[in-house]
Amino acid sequence: MNESREWSSQSIQAEINALKHKPGALLPILHALQDRFGFIPSDAIPLIAESLQQTRAEVHGVISFYHHFRTAPPGRHVVQICRAEACQAVGARQLEAHAKAHLGIDYHQTTSDREITLEAVYCLGNCACGPSIRVDDSVRGRVTPEAFDALMDELQTRPLEVMG
Amino acid sequence: MSIRVFVPRDTTALSLGADAVANRLAREAATRGHSITLVRNGSRGLAWLEPLVEVETPIGRFAYGPVSPNDVTALLDSGLLEGNISHPLALGPTEEIAYLARQQRLTFARIGITDPLSIEDYRAHTGFYGLEAALQREPQDIVEEVKASGLRGRGGAAFPTGIKWQTVLDTPADQKYIVCNADEGDSGTFADRLVMECDPYMLIEGMTIAGLAVKATQGYIYLRSEYPLAKEILDEAIARAEQAGYLGDNLCGSGRAFHLEVRLGAGAYICGEETSLLESLEGKRGLVRFKPPLPAIEGLFGRPTVVNNVLSLAAVPFILAEGAEAYATHGMGRSRGTLALQLAGNVKRGGLVELAFGATLRTLMEEFGGGTLSGKPLRAVQVGGPLGAYLPESQWDLPLDYEAFAAESAVLGHGGVVMFDESVDMAEQARFSMEFCKVESCGKCTPCRIGSTRGVEVIDRIRANQNREANLALLHDLCETMVDGSLCAMGGMAPFPVQSALAHFPDDFQRAANGDRS
Ligand SMILES: Cc1cc2nc3c(=O)[nH]c(=O)nc-3n(C[C@H](O)[C@H](O)[C@H](O)COP(=O)(O)O)c2cc1C
Ligand code: SF4
Ligand code: FES
Repeated sequence: MNESREWSSQSIQAEINALKHKPGALLPILHALQDRFGFIPSDAIPLIAESLQQTRAEVHGVISFYHHFRTAPPGRHVVQICRAEACQAVGARQLEAHAKAHLGIDYHQTTSDREITLEAVYCLGNCACGPSIRVDDSVRGRVTPEAFDALMDELQTRPLEVMG
Repeated sequence: MSIRVFVPRDTTALSLGADAVANRLAREAATRGHSITLVRNGSRGLAWLEPLVEVETPIGRFAYGPVSPNDVTALLDSGLLEGNISHPLALGPTEEIAYLARQQRLTFARIGITDPLSIEDYRAHTGFYGLEAALQREPQDIVEEVKASGLRGRGGAAFPTGIKWQTVLDTPADQKYIVCNADEGDSGTFADRLVMECDPYMLIEGMTIAGLAVKATQGYIYLRSEYPLAKEILDEAIARAEQAGYLGDNLCGSGRAFHLEVRLGAGAYICGEETSLLESLEGKRGLVRFKPPLPAIEGLFGRPTVVNNVLSLAAVPFILAEGAEAYATHGMGRSRGTLALQLAGNVKRGGLVELAFGATLRTLMEEFGGGTLSGKPLRAVQVGGPLGAYLPESQWDLPLDYEAFAAESAVLGHGGVVMFDESVDMAEQARFSMEFCKVESCGKCTPCRIGSTRGVEVIDRIRANQNREANLALLHDLCETMVDGSLCAMGGMAPFPVQSALAHFPDDFQRAANGDRS
């Protein structure tokens, strides 16, 4: 993890304060926290509950309902593999098996070097050019097992970025 | 004079390397001393040709594709900047590409032509004509126009849009809302994404007109989190529209108000169901609500709310600008206008095909799609997303029409058409349908929550040849229980693909699972 993603009660509260006035603020707040820290730190739950005058159980219930939110830090990159039908029709099942074997992890796991977290996704809207995967915020199409390996090597060997 | 060169920036073009192509073009043109203006346009929707590069010439735009960075040198050598058509990737005048020329593009008339974020481009291509017309009319009048167009909701249920709007208009309240359903969860669909990434002002205009029609001043676009690029483009388009007076407190100087905000979903398919979506917008778990009350009467925060799909709202500017009649002349029976079909899966020429209702599935898959990508025979096609039936060849002559599909227990849904070649194992597909329902069920009712879990287990036993006949009978019963007893269409329709696989591809349930063959 890098510096800018470190969290503190103050930085969490700042994100909450920026959004809590909105109608239906909980999802926007959770997105803001995850965008900034990579996950929803457990310390955020009581702070959100207090700010929105909800119970902790309610906040926790919302976090666990949605597949997108995670409560543990991910690796440096999140790789999502599309498991849905249009990608299945062009080899997504094989790609999925290959990816797990290549990375040595299952879905919702992170490689031991903490570079890559693997997730499943159901459609990326790139269904005419599958199999599709998403790496952080960019989508790749027509991903063969070879293309997958090349991409992972690129991600895992890239020199450290200078963080802003 | 600087030559305009277009390289699309939608998700599909980018997923196939459009940025690298654009960079390479800019660099090489500069080295050669050519002055080019690179426009990052939207996609024309011809996905199989992406990245599709276009060059503007005195006699129109010429297309090249699919272009990879390594093709750029040879393309420039062959005279790409003059529209020369000698290179094997040259496709000639873009508008004459048969796939495009044979469509009826009403909603998608502008995509790929313009820079998605340019308000000037949008205006130059009849943008905001519908809004300007709507601002001159009474709310009831706008609703009448939409009713007369025959427009039915494109999100799946095909409910008449004008009637929904009438209910909201007729329900008095201190605040009303327009909610755009941009959850586009169905596999095989990307038409909503194309609207948002390639022509965002059209959606903004459609929602604003809806606001004027029902007297709502606040709109939300509920966008799936799987579409980060659409989020970025919509946010920027909304900011620019506000700046230009097309959103905000004083629409085009009329004194009328409409505000718009994008809200992100969080990876839950069920949040595409309208009441679950409203719960989610309110900051809650996406549990489906009992109906009644209808969202049109008690919707977001308990207020009257229009919930419409992206494509329903995107059809509205055309209807207001050109008149209901211009829209309604297209189509068949009670299915008026055009349908955005999305060819996906194992297809040679995948992409967006906007056609008047009434064409057959076979025309679409063969004449547009060109058959399978693998070149192997086509075996099954799933229409209408993960809750839609799998259709065997005997049903490919069905006309694309809501009623014709319903008569065969099939759905058009959001227009996704996912093709599979002969290597598909339909028992495995049936298992996936149950698994998907299990993963995505909101959990509120038992037939869906428990039924889908049992469904996966029963299909596993069938595929493992444990008590096959008894388990097949059990699977039939289970499907019926889910169809009859579920609160919403998630559990109520998830059995459709399973039942169709059982009915049309029974052999696949009589042999061992793929994994056991070796
Ligand atoms: C499980 C489920 C998922 C749905 N997903 C979507 C979706 O992603 N997008 C959409 O517009 N409608 C979806 N719908 C349909 C909506 O409930 C609703 O009918 C639609 O948003 C109404 O808009 P329309 O009349 O413009 O189609 C879904 C329905 C169900 C039952
Ligand atoms: S059918 Fe499934 S998704 Fe729909 S309300 Fe019941 S449990 Fe929820
Ligand atoms: S099914 Fe994989 S991107 Fe749509």
